[in-house]
Amino acid sequence: MTSPTLRIDDLRLSFRTWRGLTEVLHGVSLHIRKGERVALVGESGSGKSVTARIVLGLLQELKSSRIDGVVEFEGRDLEKLSAAERHKLRGTKMSMIFQDPTTALNPVYTIGMQFREVLGRRVKGISQRQARDVATAALADVSIRDADRILASYPFQLSGGMNQRVMIAMALANEPSLLIADEPGTALDVTVQAQTLQLMRALVERHQTAVLFISHNLGVVREFADRVYVIYKGRIVEHGTAVGLFADPRHPYTRALMEAVPHITGGGIPEIDEESAAFSAPMAVHEGCAEPGASA
Amino acid sequence: MIVLIGVSMLIFAIARVIPGDPARIALGPNATAEQVADLREKLHLNAPVVVQYGIFLRDLFHGDLGQSLYTNRAVTTDIAQFLPATLELVFVSGFMMIVLGLPLGVLSARYRGRWIDTAIRLVSLLGVSAPSFVWAVIFMLLFAFYLPIFPIAGQISDTIKLPAVTGFVMIDALIAGNLAAFFDALRHIILPAFSLALAGIGQAARLTRSSMVETYEKPFIEMARSYGFMESRIASHFALRPSLIPSLTVIGLDFAALLANAFLVEQVFAWPGLSRYGVQVILRKDLNAIVGTVLVISAMFLIVNIVVDLLIAFINPRIRLSQRPA
Amino acid sequence: MRRALFILLRNPLSLIGIILVAVVVLSALSADFLTPFPADRGAAVHFELANQPPDWPHIFGTDLVGRDLFSRIIFAYRISLFLGVVVLAIAVPVGVTIGLVAGYFGGWIEFLLMRITDVFLSIPPLVLAMSIMGVLAPTLTNGMLAVTAMWWPWYTRLVYNLARSEKEEGYVLAAEIIGASKPHILFREILPNCVPAILTKMTLDMGFVILIVSSLSFLGLGVQPPTPDLGSMVAEGAGYMPDSWWLTVFPGLAILFAVFGFNLLGDALRELLGVEQ
Repeated sequence: MTSPTLRIDDLRLSFRTWRGLTEVLHGVSLHIRKGERVALVGESGSGKSVTARIVLGLLQELKSSRIDGVVEFEGRDLEKLSAAERHKLRGTKMSMIFQDPTTALNPVYTIGMQFREVLGRRVKGISQRQARDVATAALADVSIRDADRILASYPFQLSGGMNQRVMIAMALANEPSLLIADEPGTALDVTVQAQTLQLMRALVERHQTAVLFISHNLGVVREFADRVYVIYKGRIVEHGTAVGLFADPRHPYTRALMEAVPHITGGGIPEIDEESAAFSAPMAVHEGCAEPGASA
Repeated sequence: MIVLIGVSMLIFAIARVIPGDPARIALGPNATAEQVADLREKLHLNAPVVVQYGIFLRDLFHGDLGQSLYTNRAVTTDIAQFLPATLELVFVSGFMMIVLGLPLGVLSARYRGRWIDTAIRLVSLLGVSAPSFVWAVIFMLLFAFYLPIFPIAGQISDTIKLPAVTGFVMIDALIAGNLAAFFDALRHIILPAFSLALAGIGQAARLTRSSMVETYEKPFIEMARSYGFMESRIASHFALRPSLIPSLTVIGLDFAALLANAFLVEQVFAWPGLSRYGVQVILRKDLNAIVGTVLVISAMFLIVNIVVDLLIAFINPRIRLSQRPA
Repeated sequence: MRRALFILLRNPLSLIGIILVAVVVLSALSADFLTPFPADRGAAVHFELANQPPDWPHIFGTDLVGRDLFSRIIFAYRISLFLGVVVLAIAVPVGVTIGLVAGYFGGWIEFLLMRITDVFLSIPPLVLAMSIMGVLAPTLTNGMLAVTAMWWPWYTRLVYNLARSEKEEGYVLAAEIIGASKPHILFREILPNCVPAILTKMTLDMGFVILIVSSLSFLGLGVQPPTPDLGSMVAEGAGYMPDSWWLTVFPGLAILFAVFGFNLLGDALRELLGVEQ
């Protein structure tokens, strides 16, 4: 069996604060195979976004953070790569989609200029013409037909949904093998969000891109993911296929999370008392979902 | 425009609350009552204040700021004589402020939290913590007296005679093709310009740093990082331009501060600019000259701000594309 | 409180700022006991001691008429600080009130008030103060008046911008809905949210008032002799460089010392209170 696109084993992260060392990830393990769409679900502050940022290597530069554990990308331990090698992976082999597309695009450059920068990560010194051709094709993939107008625009001239598509096109333009989507489109209208997710799903299926999909929205996850990890307070509490997990949620937190879904306004985030038995319930792993090479 | 009219009214108002009779002060204690009355008539001091302001505006419109009671020449002539030297100093100083202040701020933000950041912050804070005349005397002591690298005072060596074309000595030297004179003038201007620029350098560095740091928090920087761009490229390409928008505004204000602080530095280095004239006319309560000097400085200030607005519009597509004049 | 201490102590610069300001303020307050020659604050003359380089007991040397420079600098601090406090005590309430009113009410009130503010802001501060000092007699009171006149617009602009964004906040709307009076909304709802920014600016401005006042007196338009003032001391000594260097260097460094302290403290406060620049 070939090594998974991404494998994380016993990842721990702590921050130095004025109170001393605070651990926010207490040993997270997960894996994503080629072309697989895996969701990491949890409330804000549960540690899902920091996990994504560690994969990209964005947190390692922070002086106040301490990271332990293994992150393997296509069988290579990222910790053992040189800084330059890691740098080379970002934007070419892995890329990321952000929560709010409008603020994630640079306000003072046109979409076309930003596209060219991104494409330049793979092809050094790409010509303006080449870049435009690739960008036009990438935009066509996300159903944008008037590419010329879009490329000449600044992000603030476009709608949120349009920016979202641009960002997806940009993230996939270099044909990465891993795409990290951090709550994509949460800042958008629900209908726009659904549309862009469909687009994204079709695209990653076609390109065989592995996706780490980060979300707090179970409804969206159900639509999009093959497999689901539920994360709560820095721990994975349940892991199963999307079908299996939604049919049979086993961890008390997962059940609480699911019950919270319909209540759009009231109640909100479920909370488990740290003293209760439910909190210390062991991680629920669904059949056939073991971590490959764990504790090896 | 409204502001400029407001400025003229304010300055006029200040000039008219002067205690005592300006005509009497101007002529000195030995003047006869008749002379004083004559002068009052000539200066329209007997007319109601509103009429005085009207006359003032009318003359202003014709480029006439009246006579200086101190030099007995037209105020415009006086200002035209002294202003170029001040402007030369301010421009060189402003240039230093931008080419030193901005990069220091960028560097500081790029390496925030490291020793180089601390060092730059400390130096820029020191820069803004002393008035320019203190730096002027300290630099003069160090680099003109103890280490005689630079000339002590003046705009150019007395031995050099240049035809005054623009009034800007360095430009005149270049026009005359006199390189020796140009470098002589350059040597003269470095110390005063640097003393003057130091506060602005510090201010520009501090502001650029803080707006860069703010920009660094923005999602689009994280996005640039996620695409694996080098930190140096992120600083110079992705973060700088959005950060310039707020810091340019303040650099405009700092430019104005240069104009005012030039008064202080010119005193120390015996620079033949507006300063001595300005202080003299203020001490002699020379109404027309005070009004004229302040008005010209304020006008320069407004021009600088308009230029800054245009620059901001240039780097900020949101303003540029809204098609409204800034 | 612990968080505050952590932030202050983590950054050694903040600590230095606190110490510098404490030294300046305490020495100014206790000038009468602290200075070796308190009588030299005024028009004392000791020609036999004139123009001596730094040595014991005159650690900063003596001036042209033999007064102890160190004592005069400490007394000059006292006057500078006094001026700073008075200027801010007048300029801040005036500027803040105008800014609140303009920012909250909008419309023609905003237009009128902000244009007036713009007029003041478009004359370089020092030049404005100079011209006011020029037409009035250069006395301590007029100096305060001149500096105050140039200072309030900065607070107006600061508070105006804050008030404009604050009035969109939910809590202001809530207060309006329950029918709170305008003064209540202005001063009890909006103002408290502007306090961190105002406080930070005031700390920084203590330094800048000292700086501006010394600049005015450097030009001979400020505090008049024999009252000790750092700016006029520098001006007086500048003519005796480089031989009597202490005449200019020590008062100059004294300005730097005090302003630097207030700036460091202001920066620390800014960080502590989370104020944007």
